[in-house]
Amino acid sequence: MPDRTTIEFSGLTKTFGTVKAVSDLSFRVEPGVVTGFLGPNGAGKTTSLRMLLGLVTPTSGTATFGGVAYRDLENPLATVGTALEASSFHPGRSARKHLEVYAAAAGLPPSRIDFVLGLVGLSTYAERRAGGFSMGMRQRLGLASALLGDPGVLVLDEPTNGLDPEGIRWMRGFLRSRAAEGRTVLVSSHVLSEVQQSVDRVIIISRGRSVFEGTLDSLERGGAVRVDSPDRRSLLAALTVAGMETRRTETGLLVTGATPEQIGHLALTAGIPLSLLAAEQSGLEDAFLSLVSTDEATGAAA
Amino acid sequence: MIAAIRSEILKLTSVRLWWVLLLILVGYVGFTAALLAGLFGALGDQMSAQEGAPQFPDGLLPPIVYSTATAIGYVFPLILGALAVTSEFRYQTLTPTFLAQPRRSVVLGAKLVVLAVAGALYGVAALVASVGLGAPVLTLVGVPAGLDDGDTWLLMARVVLAMALWAAIGVGLGTLIPNQVASIVIVLAFTQFLEPILRVGTSFIEWTAAVGRFLPGAASDALVGASVFTSLGSGTATVEPLEWWQGGLVLAAYGAVVAVIGALTTWRRDVT
Repeated sequence: MPDRTTIEFSGLTKTFGTVKAVSDLSFRVEPGVVTGFLGPNGAGKTTSLRMLLGLVTPTSGTATFGGVAYRDLENPLATVGTALEASSFHPGRSARKHLEVYAAAAGLPPSRIDFVLGLVGLSTYAERRAGGFSMGMRQRLGLASALLGDPGVLVLDEPTNGLDPEGIRWMRGFLRSRAAEGRTVLVSSHVLSEVQQSVDRVIIISRGRSVFEGTLDSLERGGAVRVDSPDRRSLLAALTVAGMETRRTETGLLVTGATPEQIGHLALTAGIPLSLLAAEQSGLEDAFLSLVSTDEATGAAA
Repeated sequence: MIAAIRSEILKLTSVRLWWVLLLILVGYVGFTAALLAGLFGALGDQMSAQEGAPQFPDGLLPPIVYSTATAIGYVFPLILGALAVTSEFRYQTLTPTFLAQPRRSVVLGAKLVVLAVAGALYGVAALVASVGLGAPVLTLVGVPAGLDDGDTWLLMARVVLAMALWAAIGVGLGTLIPNQVASIVIVLAFTQFLEPILRVGTSFIEWTAAVGRFLPGAASDALVGASVFTSLGSGTATVEPLEWWQGGLVLAAYGAVVAVIGALTTWRRDVT
């Protein structure tokens, strides 16, 4: 296991003609946790990652691995493992040959090839040409390439795209275990729900700008709480008196602007029995969408 | 650089393209060499049978037959070289390639080296075809095959060199024109249509003929020292053909120019 490495984005900006694809992006990705890099399609995620990896030249700013640009890394594949969204395989080349080509280029031992094929569950398809692979198999082959050099940093662009629910669950466990080993894991996605169970921290970007950085908990704060009681009328009155915004639904009351703890405490002091108290599952998604869409609205106005 | 070269060798040998092109090259060159040997051999016999007809010197025929390896075969290493680059753009394998070796000039250098060697091997295979089929047919029609002549072997060495240079030109061309279809269309249109016309067209007036010598195909023929095209030269203007080493330098210059321009333009672009 290589040293713990921090990814640092600093004032990263990319302009395509007159379009600002990424503007002044600054954040850090710490080792030991899974960091989600979220944003709708076209928000600039892939461009940012490609700048980080030296594939796209930034207009200004830097993106480094512990202060070292990708192009200057001593042994890039042994430091950073990458799986980018595009399926970059020659369709006529077998999975094993594909890995052999890049293991050779990076001077990695051939013994790693069988190891990573086994790790992602592709051993039985190793001799098959990648052109006939399903989306899920392509994702696994991409991941196998990323793991070739046993890197301390993983940068994965939309790794759950095209995976079935079982594959998504497998990927979740995989990312978590990598982070638990002290590796730095950065995962991009345009669907929050696909990564919300595997990421610890998120960076959300919209229209090339960072709009949120922090833990999922802090993102959800301010989200809705669903609460219900056999004595719904008293509960509603108590909540209203406490100044909480409440909406009546078929399955209870939807409260915004309060945590489950606050509501529970309120009900206890008011002596109202509760039959339901839960942070709304869609709260996270709502928070995500509102962040992204508010920004789009202002962007459109500008 | 060693690692990059090993990687490029694996890239080339792990897909079917190289041996498909090689089979066509060997078949095409072998067939043409045998045909030319038979045809001209018989023609020579006929001419010498006639009293007072111009004699067809026997020593001229073997180089023409053997040099079909380059005269018609050069397009194969050219295409192999171009595809080695354009397929990376087409299948977006430039991404993993540059991730494994971020110094792009090293990748391009490795490609040039590996493809030049592959081109040389194509040259050897094409000679096996042109000599292997041409020589027996020549012997059959009563023309000395010239295999005991040192000059014949020097010609073969120059064929191998020319084929290596053509593959390198292909690599340069691929970086210059990364679009695979455009690249192949340009290679075929130029080599099979445009250049033959230009070579014939320029051969009538002295100053155009002097320029025409520097066309890549003409330079290649000059390097090899023989070609069915130059021997059948239809032009009326007489200019000294390039020396073999001049032809080689011109050919190498073509490769260097396209590779440098490509390296400074498309090869440096953002990979998205």
